[in-house]
Amino acid sequence: MWANLKSLFHYRAMIQALVSRELKARYRGSVLGFLWSFVNPLLMLLVYTFVFTVIFKPPRSEGLTPYALFLFCGLLPWTWFSSSLLESSAVLSNNANLIQKVLFPADVLPCVNVFSNFVHFLLGLPILFAFLVLYQRPLNINLLFFPGVVLIQLVLTLGFALFISSLSVHFRDIRDLLANLLTLWFFATPIIYPLTMIPENFRRVLAFNPMTHIMMGYQDILFRGELPHWKRLSVTFLVSLVVFYVGYFIFDRLRDSFAEEV
Amino acid sequence: MVAPAVILEDLTKLYRRYSQKRRFQTMKSALIRGDLFRQLRPEEIFLALDKVSFTVEKGETFGIIGSNGAGKSTLLKIIAGTLRATYGKVVVDGRISALIELGAGFHPEISGRENIYINGIMLGLSKKEMQRRFDDIVRFAELEEFIEHPIKTYSTGMYLRLGFAIAINVDPDVLLIDEIISVGDEAFGRKCLDKIKEFQWRNKTILIVSHALGMIKTLCDQAVLLKKGRITQIGDPRMVIDAYLSDVAEKEERELSRLHSQTLEKYALTDEAPFHATGYRKKRWGSRNIEIREVKLLDKNGKEKHIFTSGELMEIRMTIYARKKIKDFVFGIGIFNSGGVSCYGSNTYIEKFAPQEVSGEGMVSFKIKRLDLIEGTYFLDVAAHQIDGTPYDYHRQLYTFRVQSHIDDVGIFRPQHSWSFSPNISFKKM
Repeated sequence: MWANLKSLFHYRAMIQALVSRELKARYRGSVLGFLWSFVNPLLMLLVYTFVFTVIFKPPRSEGLTPYALFLFCGLLPWTWFSSSLLESSAVLSNNANLIQKVLFPADVLPCVNVFSNFVHFLLGLPILFAFLVLYQRPLNINLLFFPGVVLIQLVLTLGFALFISSLSVHFRDIRDLLANLLTLWFFATPIIYPLTMIPENFRRVLAFNPMTHIMMGYQDILFRGELPHWKRLSVTFLVSLVVFYVGYFIFDRLRDSFAEEV
Repeated sequence: MVAPAVILEDLTKLYRRYSQKRRFQTMKSALIRGDLFRQLRPEEIFLALDKVSFTVEKGETFGIIGSNGAGKSTLLKIIAGTLRATYGKVVVDGRISALIELGAGFHPEISGRENIYINGIMLGLSKKEMQRRFDDIVRFAELEEFIEHPIKTYSTGMYLRLGFAIAINVDPDVLLIDEIISVGDEAFGRKCLDKIKEFQWRNKTILIVSHALGMIKTLCDQAVLLKKGRITQIGDPRMVIDAYLSDVAEKEERELSRLHSQTLEKYALTDEAPFHATGYRKKRWGSRNIEIREVKLLDKNGKEKHIFTSGELMEIRMTIYARKKIKDFVFGIGIFNSGGVSCYGSNTYIEKFAPQEVSGEGMVSFKIKRLDLIEGTYFLDVAAHQIDGTPYDYHRQLYTFRVQSHIDDVGIFRPQHSWSFSPNISFKKM
């Protein structure tokens, strides 16, 4: 395991090159190019703002205004998480020629995929912060916790991505299964609603979802300007490490079969 | 004593073939039926490589030959590290560059320049090293004008050239080549060969898989013949190639003799089968008062075979059976090449044998002292008929034989010949 991590670190140049390739290729041929990374979240935010201030007005009781911004605090990191997972279910078979024809460390591929989505997430942050400032949300010292929450999510996402990518080599229908599972997961995570809206006995169930604590971390830090629940986040970090370890372990066990199966 | 560049010990590769059911197996049904692990068990095992061991010394050029499916590419992939052996050991000393699939890591949307860098990094070079080699690569690939364009605009030849240029310019210690010298046009092919020769001169180790036996013969110091995953011959390339060629000939002979006996069976006359049925018409027809029961092709030792070397003796032997006493009869043969051109035809009547009488079983032999045909596949007609042409039994191109030749001359038949020159014209032996 340790050797694996070391070799992964050794390949950081390759990951970097591939991530930049991915990003370049993504916007090649489009007029706005890299600007899309800003425009996309901006448009999304505008759409949500319109919907939730003009059409559909949520109850104003619990300090959720502006609701669109609250939503966006969770939606941006969730997009990173869910598209990483979804793409990782196809990443190995899409790069079959690399795995079969070149001596290529397969674990680089899901990582590249998580990191390029991470870059999109980072590029969306200025928009988020601009709106936080615009709506005069209390941005304060608690922002120091923000990178920590991002790190927890990164580790968790990598773990799931490794697990899903290796398993989907053998089971192609994981992709479809995953798409539905992610929708369920989305609604089982306090993104479009605050945890306080959930009945007491269901809150326990939601507490088992690591994404719950990560999302609440973002909302506490960014939207409310409060100190995040660091105890819960620490446990979540440990869970993320376990997920990462298990994901990598399974990936490693299945690694030899990739060249023949993809 | 320098350590060898590549050592293989008892290399074995098993491919597992799963049952048909398994192939359409989905996660969902596996979970529902709870038989995930039972289904994952392989049904059948296919032995792609069976205890392959050899050593390639540093600076040696090593050829791997064999028919399709013999395990050559699997072997190369295992040495390259993309596949893992089921059992056995591979030790490679130094950096490998595998020219197995050219341009495998290219991304079509981004430019040639960026692809070169990324490909180089994939092959284990740093960005700095790539910068140093960049110009060489572009020049070698002859892509100076197009290097800023996205790869998807490249032609197949340009694509492969770029892949080849990168793989060969990363300065490997061990170069693996899988049947790819034929990329690009004539000029580029020659450049690749030159590059390979330069590698040899710089004492690099090269492993080549190829069907181009001529190239193996000229380039390699050693060669190995694989047959169904096993080494059947190893050593001097000439010897190995000869072994391979005789294997091929043997296989062809088997194929042709199977065809021959099938033909005999298919068109054999049985009491029930009406010989005037339509299917028969095209291939075999006649009244069968004289029947040609068997046709054999024999060499000078009387051994039945179907592959002859040009200039060899060939005997066509027919076993015939006359149902009654017949006084009007002619035996004939005809040889056609694969284009349908009649190469030779003759019969007993043309050659002034006046028929007297035939009855019962007999043998007719047509002996060709020198089979001076050029290389190719030939079809044989045999017939027994009346002088006016009314057929007793006509076999239309039912029998096939091949002629092999050491010379690639052209035409239909090779007259016995010799060259001679005046003293001011001189040649060297090739």
